[in-house]
Amino acid sequence: MTDIDARFADLAGVRASLADVNYLADDGIAGIVYLADRLGKPILVEGPAGTGKTQLAKSVADIVDARLIRLQCYEGLDESKALYEWNYKKQLLRIQAEGGEASWGEVEEDLFSEEFLLTRPLLEAIRASDPVVLLVDEVDRVEVETEALLLEILSEYQVSIPELGTVEATQVPLVFLTSNGTRELSEALKRRCLYLYIDYPDLERERQIVTAKVPGIGEDLADQVARIVRTVRQLDLKKHPSVSETLDWARTLVLLGVDQIDAETAIDTANVLLKYRTDIEKAVKEFADNPEELAGPEA
Amino acid sequence: MAVTESPSDVGRKSEPLLDLLGGFILELRNAGIPVSLTENLDAMEAVTHIPLADREAFKYALGATLVKNHSHWRAFEVVFEVYFSLRGPEYEIMDTDPASSLGEDEDQDAKMPGQGDPQGAGGGGGAALTPEQLAEMLFKALLQGDEAMLRALARQAVMRYAGMEPGRPVGGTYYLYRTLRNLDLDGMLERLIEASREQAPSNLTPLEERLERDEFNDRMDRLKKEVEAEIRRRLVADRGAEAMAKTLRKPLPEDVDFMHASREEMVNLRKAIYPLTRKLAVRLARKRRHGRKGPLDFRNTMRHSLSYGGVPAEPKFKFPRPAKPEIMVVADISGSVAAFARFTLHLVYAISSQFSKVRSFVFIDGLDEVTGFFEGVEDIGEAVHRVNTEADVVWVDGHSDYGHAFGVFWEKYGRDVGPKTTVLILGDARNNYHASQSWILKEVKHRSRKVFWLNPEPRAYWDTGDSIVGEYGTWCDGVHEVRNLRQLEAFVENLV
Ligand SMILES: Nc1ncnc2c1ncn2[C@@H]1O[C@H](COP(=O)(O)OP(=O)(O)OP(=O)(O)O)[C@@H](O)[C@H]1O
Ligand SMILES: [Mg+2]
Repeated sequence: MTDIDARFADLAGVRASLADVNYLADDGIAGIVYLADRLGKPILVEGPAGTGKTQLAKSVADIVDARLIRLQCYEGLDESKALYEWNYKKQLLRIQAEGGEASWGEVEEDLFSEEFLLTRPLLEAIRASDPVVLLVDEVDRVEVETEALLLEILSEYQVSIPELGTVEATQVPLVFLTSNGTRELSEALKRRCLYLYIDYPDLERERQIVTAKVPGIGEDLADQVARIVRTVRQLDLKKHPSVSETLDWARTLVLLGVDQIDAETAIDTANVLLKYRTDIEKAVKEFADNPEELAGPEA
Repeated sequence: MAVTESPSDVGRKSEPLLDLLGGFILELRNAGIPVSLTENLDAMEAVTHIPLADREAFKYALGATLVKNHSHWRAFEVVFEVYFSLRGPEYEIMDTDPASSLGEDEDQDAKMPGQGDPQGAGGGGGAALTPEQLAEMLFKALLQGDEAMLRALARQAVMRYAGMEPGRPVGGTYYLYRTLRNLDLDGMLERLIEASREQAPSNLTPLEERLERDEFNDRMDRLKKEVEAEIRRRLVADRGAEAMAKTLRKPLPEDVDFMHASREEMVNLRKAIYPLTRKLAVRLARKRRHGRKGPLDFRNTMRHSLSYGGVPAEPKFKFPRPAKPEIMVVADISGSVAAFARFTLHLVYAISSQFSKVRSFVFIDGLDEVTGFFEGVEDIGEAVHRVNTEADVVWVDGHSDYGHAFGVFWEKYGRDVGPKTTVLILGDARNNYHASQSWILKEVKHRSRKVFWLNPEPRAYWDTGDSIVGEYGTWCDGVHEVRNLRQLEAFVENLV
């Protein structure tokens, strides 16, 4: 691929443009997006829930002015829902409408034409002539056979439809696959992709995310939120708060008109940040675990 | 920093870089990370797009092409640092005073006296600084979170305190220990908190204090990392990347030996067990759902064929009733095998829906049933922890006595062992020369469906010293070496 095709002029530009659309990336994330464009390879994004995997694809589509085509995976997703299928109801109607004037050969040719084809996301991405970003979300949910199909398409960027011939991509789209790691993906698929692990953000980045995403939040509160979340993530919990939970919590605090988080506020709102009862209990104990707080007004 | 190199630039510089990359990838493979040919080629192409000077991005670019499993990341990072720690201007070893490289915008008083001193005694600049002054600067830098200063001070400290001598075959930990001991960080945290209390406009609430503490701990961790990195750089400069990589090589979490895991490795193991059990559970559930096509159910097929005008268009299969085994785990939880028992119990309970029933017993020289600890709990990790702290397993002296423990098991629970029961015995079979009582196992085998023994010791040590795994093994359907998560996962998957 030559530089003329490249979507990003330089590496720093990627990070800056992502920030412009309120996606706060670090050097790793930005670097891999840049590289994916240069190498023309898909990115496989893994990491804990709610750390911005899906959002990354959306934001990248945003900054390169591309249409986002999303294939949401689920167990049982097959070729007919991922790639294409024939609209057999319409075909049946067509046959009935025929009334026997044309020869079968003509009818058949007609039946398997563009008009009766239902294009699904993968084919849509391959046929697109405008710039697209393809997001294959939660790929770990599909069966092995569908994964094989994906691999085939991501390797060749072409699809052969027996009745219509081969459709070749006119561009190598940017492709993101996300996974929550419920299943080990095949080695072959991993080899084909660049691998990006998005972990919980560090303090600074989380503070920036909160500031960017929560309207009306002050610097001070954003800082406190990020610090408390960092502390909570160090506890031994069943499920650590994700970025979306941090954001929910910050929004709640803004709604409540809080500008300083004290132990009481933290305890009262812990259920927004944490989902399991045992986790909430642990955090509450952590926040309140000191004599002053428990002694209350008498002290 | 973000300017991409022009192609001619790449051509000129790529030769040595590619050589370096070759050695780097070889070492990754030595460390157990699988790198395919395609990935190797991808990495070579990647480095033509991202300049080494952009260190973080460069590191991630290599990681993205070469490491496709997050649990391998730590191992990757170590190798990366060894191979690339001396590359790039800001990372070169400086024997002159590192503080002189700090930005001009630093306060006058934050500068180190004696800067510019070309080659101070002891191979380090800043020698004019007294240890007290150094400690004071460190305190300030930590208090203000001054990254650049912390880095400079870390280097200064290594030069001064680590006492590194060229060619000495001592590992990095030794130097780290010496440096940190001299920096005397023990009282540092309290001093920092005290200072931030004084600085605060009003009293710090306990929550605020807690947050300050975490922030300072974080800064001190970063300081330690800088010290470590500096030591590593110097070791690499002295002994070369290849030799150092070999010294520092760490096993991947799935290959860490349960019996000899360091504290840090243990933490990583504990982290690794959750995703591992989740994956295993999903995989097993799928197997059960999809892999179980039984023989053709003729009657059912014919019944359905009626709706196809008698054509058996939709064959129906008999689903064999999934015969879920009943599991009894009997685990030695003494000293060195405790971790192994913990992980195995964790894994077995994580997939307990695959079994019709799971009961567990732990022992040292006495034996206790701990099934109740796992009932209705959300967090298996916590239950496992309780097993280790609360179970009543000591009879006489708290040294493993398999014979006695089996005796108790047989007497109290022997009648519960039936033809559907699979018994898993966990331990190194080091019986401290007590009576083996292996006749009990013979009886158990007789009554049960299967008996398996899982031994966390390397095969080579079996039946040496007081290990009598061979004798017990006679009455088992299989004796397996299970030293790490990889082996444990494989065994459990086969069991189902
Ligand atoms: N770096 C970031 N910058 C801005 N917003 C972010 C960032 N990371 C996460 N978010 C926000 O957090 C929320 C969760 O992100 P997203 O849905 O992309 O997570 P995910 O990793 O795909 O989660 P899941 O694994 O549950 O699918 C979104 O509202 C997203 O905008
Ligand atoms: Mg998502």
